[in-house]
Amino acid sequence: MSIFDIFTNQLLNGIVLGSFYALVALGYTMVFGVVKLLNFAHGELYMVGGFAGFLVLSFLAPYLGPGWLGVAVSLVLAMIAVGFLGVVIERVAYAPMLSAPRLSILITALAVSLVLQNGMLTLTKGQYVPFGAALGFGGVKLGNLFISYNQMILVGVAAALMLALELFVSRTQYGRAMRAVSVDKDMARLMGINVNAVIAITFFLGSALAAAAGSMAGAYYGSLWYFMGFLIGLKAFTAAVIGGIGSIPGAMLGGLILGLLESFGTQLPGVGSEWKDVFSFSVLILVLVFKPTGLLGKPEQERM
Amino acid sequence: MSLLDLKGVSLSFAGSKVLDAVDFSVPAGRIVSLIGPNGAGKTSLFNCITGFYKPQQGSIRLDGTEMLKLKPHQVTQLGIARTFQNVRLFREMTVLENVMSGQHSRTRAGVIDAILRLPSQRREEVEIRRIAEECLSFVGITEGWEREATTLPYGWQRRVEIARALATTPRLLLLDEPAAGLTSGEKEELIELIRRIRNERDICILLIEHDTGLVMRLSERVSVLDHGVMIAEGTPKEIQSNQRVIEAYLGVEEDALDL
Repeated sequence: MSIFDIFTNQLLNGIVLGSFYALVALGYTMVFGVVKLLNFAHGELYMVGGFAGFLVLSFLAPYLGPGWLGVAVSLVLAMIAVGFLGVVIERVAYAPMLSAPRLSILITALAVSLVLQNGMLTLTKGQYVPFGAALGFGGVKLGNLFISYNQMILVGVAAALMLALELFVSRTQYGRAMRAVSVDKDMARLMGINVNAVIAITFFLGSALAAAAGSMAGAYYGSLWYFMGFLIGLKAFTAAVIGGIGSIPGAMLGGLILGLLESFGTQLPGVGSEWKDVFSFSVLILVLVFKPTGLLGKPEQERM
Repeated sequence: MSLLDLKGVSLSFAGSKVLDAVDFSVPAGRIVSLIGPNGAGKTSLFNCITGFYKPQQGSIRLDGTEMLKLKPHQVTQLGIARTFQNVRLFREMTVLENVMSGQHSRTRAGVIDAILRLPSQRREEVEIRRIAEECLSFVGITEGWEREATTLPYGWQRRVEIARALATTPRLLLLDEPAAGLTSGEKEELIELIRRIRNERDICILLIEHDTGLVMRLSERVSVLDHGVMIAEGTPKEIQSNQRVIEAYLGVEEDALDL
């Protein structure tokens, strides 16, 4: 393989990986935007989303087949189910803590994460669970680069979801309400905005996007594990920070950048794929030190 | 008949009384001012009316509807809008978006419509935009709608804030020191604007203001709050010659009230 082939291959890998990171990072950044909470349970919603998709698919496969049709329907149902789970978590675990010191709610988020993780550990007895999708191996060959249909669909769906979110936030009254709540809650209330409802919508959307990523990852990689949300949660957090936490375009950009950095980083001389995570989290540290507001985040100006 | 009616409103924080059995009303169709020395409890009274503070006692009614148990967004939905002493426009939103956000409780399209971007939601979006443009034109902002709101000159930001309050289609508009930081020319425009809001849009005005000249020219009724107690109520003329009012002001700062 020539250098060029390696480049295009890693570019493709980076985009696929980046799509997952971006979808999960969006939930992180949206929740941070409206309630200023780093929802460390967010990665678990990706995991639960994977299992929810698996569960729905195992019911639907006899009727719709294990191909993309079955997966697509499972994906939508998993998104709705996990969206509601996100709202329930917010109501039960976070809402009572919103006026408490920030550290308390952060610890609550870690607790929620452990509950979900260990709950799934108990249910699955720590075993890998095959997702049960059969997506086929077709694709398009461009020179030495092979792009599978699965990769195309995956990236396409991720892009469509992100575009829909962007339109929702920038062009609708609820999107404006979300932005208003993230800037100034009291002023938003004076605009007649039900802040609790907006927070619930935000958790729903963020959780649904994580579930979409989880289901697609399950279908694409073929298996699920109770611990699969942990690392991607941290990666998505990194992506959100790179892009500027609280910024929606930032999360998309950050996810893509992180995916590309990882896939290209492992190609550097002397850096094998086992160094992938070291690479990502070093980037997190560098961003936090040199540009803590991220690429698209605006520095918060404290009024004197 | 009065639009807003407060009866025996008492509010205390950690034992200290901020408002003490305040009786106060805004007659329908009037421009009313609330004045008083610093720390008298004027802004606290605003916060009670808009549902941010919960008075321990009393009743607050808008057109007969009890509002004491309502949340701030419900108070807005009932028809009360408010601006702040310091301008609080939404950062990172354009002028137009700021004003559009004011119509939140007047819209019918739900979240599902918005996520799916149904035709009904799109039509409503056009209508929201039209109303926002009308509110902006009304306050005299006819350009720079797509600019980020917080980059506008200060006097303009004040007017955008008023436009945003108007977009909530209030029956009563509360203005907290609307003239603070304005030049004398801008103050003249403000007086004109406030009169037009009442006359052309049929919205009652209640304002807190320290510029007594402006208060005396603009208001039809004046109420005076001192140490959480309503000490006087009347026409601007009556207030100017009220002995308790003069004492309240002289006790704080000499010649604060330009009588």
